[in-house]
Amino acid sequence: MYSIDHKDLGTPAPASTGTVTLDIDGSTVTVPAGTSVMRAVALAGGHIPKLCATDSLKAFGSCRVCLVEIEGRKGFPASCTTEVAAGMKVRTQSPRIQKLRRGVVELYVSDHPLDCDTCPANGHCELQDAAAELGVEGSRYANGGASQRGVKQDASNPYFVFNPDLCIVCSRCVRACDETQGTLALTIEGRGFSSRVSASQHQPFLESECVSCGACVEACPTAALTEKLPLMLGAPTKAVSTTCGYCGVGCSLKAEVKEETVVRMVPNRAGTANKGHACVKGRFAFGYATHADRVRRPMIRKRITDPWREVSWEEAISYTASEFKRIQQKYGPNSVGGITSSRCTNEETFLVQKLVRAALGTNNVDTCARVCHSATGYGLKHTLGESAGTQAFTSVMKADVVMLIGANPTDGHPVFASQLKRRLRQGATLIVIDPRVIDLVRTPHIEAAAHLQLRPGTNVAVINALAHVVVTEGLANDAYAEERCEGDTYRKWKAFVSDARNSPEAMEAISGVPAALVRKAARMYAAGPNSAIYYGLGVTEHSQGTTMVMGIANIAMATGNLGREGVGVSPLRGQNNVQGACDMGSFPHEFSGYRHVSDAATRSLFEGAWNATLASEPGLRIPNMFEAALDGSFRALYIQGEDFVHSDPNTNHVVAALSAMECVVVQDLFLIETARYAHVFLPGSSFLEKDGTFTNAERRISRVRKVMEPLAGLADWEVTMQLAQALGYPMHYSHPSEIMDEIARLTPTFHGVTYEKLERLGSIQWPCNDAAPDGTPTMHVGAFVRGKGKFYLTEYIATSERSTSRFPLLLTTGRVLYQYNVGTQTRRTANLAWQEEDRLDIHPDDAEDRGIADGDWVGVTSRTGDMVMRAVVSRRMTPGVVYTTFHFPESGVNLVTTENSDWATNCPEYKVTAVEVVRVGQPEAWQARIRAERGAQRSPALPTACSHRDEC
Amino acid sequence: MNVERLVAMVNDIAAFFASEPDADAAAEQVAYHLQKFWEPRMRSEIQRCLEQGGVGLSPLARRGVERL
Ligand code: SF4
Ligand code: SF4
Ligand code: SF4
Ligand code: FES
Repeated sequence: MYSIDHKDLGTPAPASTGTVTLDIDGSTVTVPAGTSVMRAVALAGGHIPKLCATDSLKAFGSCRVCLVEIEGRKGFPASCTTEVAAGMKVRTQSPRIQKLRRGVVELYVSDHPLDCDTCPANGHCELQDAAAELGVEGSRYANGGASQRGVKQDASNPYFVFNPDLCIVCSRCVRACDETQGTLALTIEGRGFSSRVSASQHQPFLESECVSCGACVEACPTAALTEKLPLMLGAPTKAVSTTCGYCGVGCSLKAEVKEETVVRMVPNRAGTANKGHACVKGRFAFGYATHADRVRRPMIRKRITDPWREVSWEEAISYTASEFKRIQQKYGPNSVGGITSSRCTNEETFLVQKLVRAALGTNNVDTCARVCHSATGYGLKHTLGESAGTQAFTSVMKADVVMLIGANPTDGHPVFASQLKRRLRQGATLIVIDPRVIDLVRTPHIEAAAHLQLRPGTNVAVINALAHVVVTEGLANDAYAEERCEGDTYRKWKAFVSDARNSPEAMEAISGVPAALVRKAARMYAAGPNSAIYYGLGVTEHSQGTTMVMGIANIAMATGNLGREGVGVSPLRGQNNVQGACDMGSFPHEFSGYRHVSDAATRSLFEGAWNATLASEPGLRIPNMFEAALDGSFRALYIQGEDFVHSDPNTNHVVAALSAMECVVVQDLFLIETARYAHVFLPGSSFLEKDGTFTNAERRISRVRKVMEPLAGLADWEVTMQLAQALGYPMHYSHPSEIMDEIARLTPTFHGVTYEKLERLGSIQWPCNDAAPDGTPTMHVGAFVRGKGKFYLTEYIATSERSTSRFPLLLTTGRVLYQYNVGTQTRRTANLAWQEEDRLDIHPDDAEDRGIADGDWVGVTSRTGDMVMRAVVSRRMTPGVVYTTFHFPESGVNLVTTENSDWATNCPEYKVTAVEVVRVGQPEAWQARIRAERGAQRSPALPTACSHRDEC
Repeated sequence: MNVERLVAMVNDIAAFFASEPDADAAAEQVAYHLQKFWEPRMRSEIQRCLEQGGVGLSPLARRGVERL
């Protein structure tokens, strides 16, 4: 069922702009043209009973409960499927209508159990409402649900249950799975009273194609499909709008709470990013927030080999401050630094970088975007002038051609994937550039027109070959590029890509992509007329990550595919607030709004506001911090919400660096891997425990609202404030809104942002300022932010990480739908039902060569380390390439990845590691050896969880 | 700082700017990048490396570092 505070209007809003005036029960009503009579009645404050209609789905017209009378029309049309017309006279109530409606509802009730009092949907069921409204208390035809009796309940999904006896076969669930999610996992089979809902081929939900997005559960008008948690905890009493804390789609959600306990999470139908949809993570996997592993008390220890000692907040904060002061006194101001978190709010990341720059007096601040989309920031800033994606998600609905590069949205950005699928099913053309056969290459009703299955590490070869075709076949939009871009760089670039070395034929040997396919894809992209590029970490996490981002911007500029809806360059950013963390000045070389620290005017603006002298030189980036730690010049680090030891490449190197520091402070929800090397642990707060904002991948700033008190007493922003105070730099904010006011004062792209405006508009896409008071859905309209767009020459340079006779396979990494990033949160939820370990995907030919069968344990070795995991023999892979995820620390994927990184930003090359894979007879022995190697780097006194776990 | 790592990094930067046909402009771009994105101790380390012969630096990387 939809959210408890949602007023359902029966049918979706039409797309029209004009209006229509009609008469409803004697009142004059004006509504948008194309509105259904049912919706018009609801908009006018009236109500028509309904069963098969809900405003998230197209009208279906099957239940016949919503009948009305319309003057001049025969019979009793269904109000959900009838559009308003000018001058139409509608009657929603009459004895005849009531009689007909009552008869229909009586029929439904006849095959439905009558024990509403004990039903979980009691008070929130549309059949119950309709029956009550029409005075139906029983049925002349009653059989008490006999025809569904004996059909077993399906409780296989960990989050929801299917009760066939409560099903009224309205097919809302089937349509939700089709229209909202796009998975088509459900059908109605059988006829009449024996018809029933079936997942895939009569499978339990858990084993079916269902991806547990919950759209069907929300659409169901009865308790036939219902969440399990409210059954256990009781019905929610209040709904609080907030923003998902998982991925960069940034879905707007309603946290439905009973007292302070979240019992249900329902997507907000007014949410602009998600339009009332969510995925299994955002909708269901929030249990980690109250998991017993949450650390609720600060802890300190002198050495990382000592046991933790629980202390008060005061002691933890003053110890940290005194250590930072001591270290700075001894080793200099630049011997310390801080890391902001892409999982925390904008306000929190802003405060951490402020603390580092103003209170510690250094620019040694960085963020986890370093290891994901730093190349996006650099590449788009240099070419287009702004370090962010150019479009709103809804723009995809106007795209004719979608080129998807190094991204797997059905797993990584599921709600955007659903929207993309809708557009593809309307006929848009899809080009996929990816070493793997991702789901979107072939899925129900969708087939990519071209899949360029390139070798890992050869993106730039492919983008240059595509550009070669565009230019040499005369497909470029010269008029656009000459007018909107720097003409000299454009012409230089044209000459560069036209060179025969960049032709698809020449590049085929490098990329492995047939030249003819590249030519076909280039022609499709250039033909558009609206062509949009969406890309992910498969673009950025390479030694040429930045070059590839520039290559993407080049081809979009050359074909005129920027500056309007339906086109653009859109990075699908990973974590919930990675865009925001970057915007807020988390990088060591720039203040909020991407302004370089060497810029005197900007610096003096901040110096004036912060009453501090600020450094003008760039600080250390994360990998540089590790290097500096190993040479002894970097000694203390304040890490908010980031697990280096799990997420960063070459784990042994990271561990050695952290072990060399004198004060590592970890602020997190759980005792993460990095906490093993920490001297201070400060308990963090989840997104449910604080106010603030997140900024999603489309630059949309959305409110995060507190629904429960921080488990450890303080929200993350309050902890940073206390630390600043202890360092002798008091900060005075009583609410995150005041931090946002400061951000707005100091950041031109945020000048117009206030909490009041966010409340009013729901969300805002930056830039939001005097020129664009309500925000900017599409960037670079009319002109590029940098003035003229700039083309860069993007020579393909092979990565130094190559397959050799010793390491003949290339390993690439990614993620799955059910787990999130390092898995700290999702591993502590029932999402484990779908994936409880990382696995290695390997092509059947490579598997056969090595005697590996599906499910076998395999050892994976690179020049930096080993790991052991189970194999999945899969034709998704191309021969020579293997793939794994990095959600589980025990697999130690980053023991194997290398320190190779992007030339411009040091974004690690996670996507290419040369490895060998062997079948392992005794995985335990491998695991023991790897553990021993890792253990040698670790502290002997390793607490694995909070010592108060039992009482939590 | 691990000098070998810094040398590899500056070589990668130089490799990107090597497409610039004007050699002086390319060296300038390498130097500019180092100025804008490298922390001072990294820059002084690579300068020290250059003073000691600049072993491993590509020709363009060397010219870039010379301009720091
Ligand atoms: S399960 Fe719910 S939504 Fe689906 S057909 Fe039955 S009553 Fe309708
Ligand atoms: S949970 Fe989502 S994917 Fe599964 S059946 Fe329902 S709508 Fe379809
Ligand atoms: S798509 Fe992303 S933001 Fe939306 S619910 Fe899923 S994880 Fe959350
Ligand atoms: S609600 Fe109109 S026919 Fe079912």
